[in-house]
Amino acid sequence: MNTAGTIYFYACALFALAGALGVVASKNPIRGAMGLLLLILSVAGLFLALHAQFLAAIQLIVYAGAIIILFLFVIMLLGPSASTPSDRRGIAARVFGGGLFGIAGLAALWAVVSAAMASHRAMPMPAPDDSFGGIDAFGSVLFADALVPFELSSGLLMVAVLGAMAVARGRQGQKSMSKNEQEVADSAFPVEKARELPGQTTGVFSHEIPAETPKESAS
Amino acid sequence: MIPAEHYVILSALLFVVGGVGFLVRRNVLITLMSIEVMLNASNLALVAFNRSRLAHVATSSYVVQSHTGQVFAFFIIAAEAAEVAVGLAIVLAFYRLRRTVRSDEADLLKN
Repeated sequence: MNTAGTIYFYACALFALAGALGVVASKNPIRGAMGLLLLILSVAGLFLALHAQFLAAIQLIVYAGAIIILFLFVIMLLGPSASTPSDRRGIAARVFGGGLFGIAGLAALWAVVSAAMASHRAMPMPAPDDSFGGIDAFGSVLFADALVPFELSSGLLMVAVLGAMAVARGRQGQKSMSKNEQEVADSAFPVEKARELPGQTTGVFSHEIPAETPKESAS
Repeated sequence: MIPAEHYVILSALLFVVGGVGFLVRRNVLITLMSIEVMLNASNLALVAFNRSRLAHVATSSYVVQSHTGQVFAFFIIAAEAAEVAVGLAIVLAFYRLRRTVRSDEADLLKN
């Protein structure tokens, strides 16, 4: 049992780290979403090992069932432009900032771990009740002690849904951008503008491309 | 029994990976996913600390073991669902404006 639990923990930890690295390193956002899914499933497994059965179920339902699907919807809505081409502008500043954060985080972790090893005081792991982490005990705490935050979180979700609809819908019945914004967008993506010029084609639509006449080869 | 420290160390590693991704990547979708990674790491730490501190507390109905960390993780999950909904809506609006999802193209307020 003990070795099985150890193997379970390390397998879940390995998958979680692999998923997180997959999110961070992926060129394609779809692969990133799959890495996030792997991370979420592993964290749900670790929740089970920590006697948090209800949270593991919530993790699966909310993350894997809703958030990942939402990400996939948006990625597929954006199509090929969801994955940005690699661009090395400003990479030095980004790598410096990210490296500084990573080194600082790992150094803080190392300091804490070495101090904990030196003090020889392990975190206690008392045996939980049978009901610990189940929906009965969790609900009795949630609806007694945390009732006001629970109601506030429902308000937060309501406002978030309304805000998401308002932001994603844009302005209906009029041009979705002001003139200034339209110019900026056109300069960033000039294909739409170029289509308006007569006699020029962009090669976007097949009927605009003049049929190529095969060249006469001097035989 | 795996000691709780291992869960906390794993959580710190996941947090660092997510933070580096948030700082280094410029695809807005990947940035949002990195935030998800960081929040998952914090959830894991909260649940591990809760597992390590199991004092009995009396709620208004009956006496149960303390679930404070798990309740925190629950609310973080709720807040994160809201964050993703609004964040992805902003990504769509940004894409409609600039036809890209690179975060450094969001410079309309520059200069």
